[in-house]
Amino acid sequence: MMAEKILEIKNLKKYFPLRNGLVVKAVDGVDLELHRGETLGLVGESGSGKSTIAYVLVGMYEASDGDMIFKGNNIAKTGLHRTMKQKGEIQIVFQDPGSSLNAKRTIAKSLMVPMQIHDRKSRQDMVAEGRRLLEAVGLPAEFADKYPRTLGGGERQLVSVARALATNPELVILDEPTSALDVSVQAKVISKLIELQKERNLAYLFITHDLSLMRNVADRVAILYLGRLCEQAPAAEFFQDPLHPYTKMLLSSIPVATAEEEALKPAKIVSEGEIPSPVNVPPGCAFHLRCKDKLPVCSVERPVMKEVKPGHWVCCHLFNDTPAVAHEAPAADPDAAAGQAAAE
Amino acid sequence: MDNTIDISLANQQTAANDAVLLEVKDLSASFDVYGSTSHVLDGISFTVEKGQRVGLVGESGCGKTTTLKAILNVLAKNGRVDHGAVLFEGRDVFQMDSNELAEMRRHGAGMIFQDPSSALNPVFSVETQFLTALKYAYGVGTPKQELRDIAIEALNNVMLPDPERILKSFPFQLSGGMKQRVCIAITIAAGRQLLLADEPGTSLDVTIQDQILRLINKLVEEKDLSVIMVSHSLGVIRESTSHVNIMYAGTVVESGLTTDVFQNPRHPYTVALMACLPKLTGAGIAKGIPGRVPDYSKPPKGCRFAPRCPYAKEICHNEKPARTEISPGHWVSCYFANEVI
Repeated sequence: MMAEKILEIKNLKKYFPLRNGLVVKAVDGVDLELHRGETLGLVGESGSGKSTIAYVLVGMYEASDGDMIFKGNNIAKTGLHRTMKQKGEIQIVFQDPGSSLNAKRTIAKSLMVPMQIHDRKSRQDMVAEGRRLLEAVGLPAEFADKYPRTLGGGERQLVSVARALATNPELVILDEPTSALDVSVQAKVISKLIELQKERNLAYLFITHDLSLMRNVADRVAILYLGRLCEQAPAAEFFQDPLHPYTKMLLSSIPVATAEEEALKPAKIVSEGEIPSPVNVPPGCAFHLRCKDKLPVCSVERPVMKEVKPGHWVCCHLFNDTPAVAHEAPAADPDAAAGQAAAE
Repeated sequence: MDNTIDISLANQQTAANDAVLLEVKDLSASFDVYGSTSHVLDGISFTVEKGQRVGLVGESGCGKTTTLKAILNVLAKNGRVDHGAVLFEGRDVFQMDSNELAEMRRHGAGMIFQDPSSALNPVFSVETQFLTALKYAYGVGTPKQELRDIAIEALNNVMLPDPERILKSFPFQLSGGMKQRVCIAITIAAGRQLLLADEPGTSLDVTIQDQILRLINKLVEEKDLSVIMVSHSLGVIRESTSHVNIMYAGTVVESGLTTDVFQNPRHPYTVALMACLPKLTGAGIAKGIPGRVPDYSKPPKGCRFAPRCPYAKEICHNEKPARTEISPGHWVSCYFANEVI
């Protein structure tokens, strides 16, 4: 039974016009959905539009086109003109805790800012709440009186997580939360994040470029390339049977530390070329310039997302002949459907 | 002390080997910071033979880059080498006079850095920067056309298309991967034998990192280069080196053939680090290593990992463990290497 859908993104586009008349197509028609308590991993190389999607979600940007339905309200074009409640329900943790925490504020003060804006509690209550949050993320409450510079990178990132939780969000965007950290510290932060998700039934949009990490945290994985989705699948299925040529190239490029992992990687695809500029997206499939299996149609026509296996979507002309998964129309009344089946 | 005996034994073995290009012997270095002294490197020893790819792997602040800087004798002003030696082709870089040192840096060893965008100067064209480096290597009087030819050949070697255009470009016109290739070209152009690669792919995307690592491997094979590959990523080290040194808090805790160390890690730190690594198998991640890297101004008296080690006994806190060879070529600095796992 699938949990309640809290976010649905349909054909999201975010274009940035440049002064010389060109347009950066940072996000160019992305569909995603996210359920309560679920982690969606968003993976892509730099410049693929991962963070842009996150910023539209929290309202730092307004979408150029498309819909973003969060709990029934379309927030794609609201930017920051949304209700306080909506702002509080979607929070974000940034990549670099060194620059996302104000160096001149104590940890307690940093934690209090969102509470001052959203809750307007008494100062005493906020201090107590701040300490409670620190303990919730596994840090000693005494850290409240410290300054960020006296903490280690992992501890600082946990403070950022505590701050994001201050408004009691339902969706937390984790924008490369551990890529600035060492693996031993990353492990600590990740296990805490997983614990918090279970406790609070949070939905995570987990943005990263680290596929090995994704394998261990995400329920579903979506791969972005030049602002477009290439492939989307449940994590286990995705790593077992990657379909898109870009995904295969990405997976075969990851350096791994054990022989068991080596065996899981798809056959080596020698990566060539680089991600083109989003100002000048190639016609047809954005990936065709680097693709080993390209067909004549790839440089002409843009492929569409197709569900080739249950839950496994791929956007590639190679699967034009593969039949899409047929979904039976959901029966309005399960009892009636059962009755019908019995009658037959 | 036990470890001095071990090291002198190791020296005898390597002295017999003509192929040794670089030998780091019991290197200790410290830095004066705000009135106290940080004892960063503590008895680092390893060798690099011709054509070998040696890895240094460890977490941030474990002394990987400091080791590289010591090899080139370019430690910061507040740093000094307390004892030990770095022998490049048999000569100690700390004993060399300025001419010898310059010669070693011109044609002997060169470094490529983690971030190619800050390694290249944004206000000069690639040509200006490339030729400046070559002038230093080949002397100021060398005709410009000759230097240009060398530069173009080097750019061809790193598989950059259209070297003429690259030379005319400014760094902002090149992508990250191209900039890193330019940096590699500048380093190898002067016929250097040893490449000190300090996290060469870390700031790049995985597919581009893969290209850069393959390029370095190709150069090692074609030009008989030796490489010291520094990385915090165990995966990168496993795929691009033949020998590995696992570093923790300024010490080498485990070393040996890369395949041996990765298949059969024996030091508790190596084991803990491997467990923290997210794996493609999706087996979940360990909860991290408790505690923090020690304060270098007051490093632990015994094994530097002891305060965080789940197996530490009294002796670990009081006396430094010696390097012991637990199987041929596989060295571990731990009292309980054979019992732990």
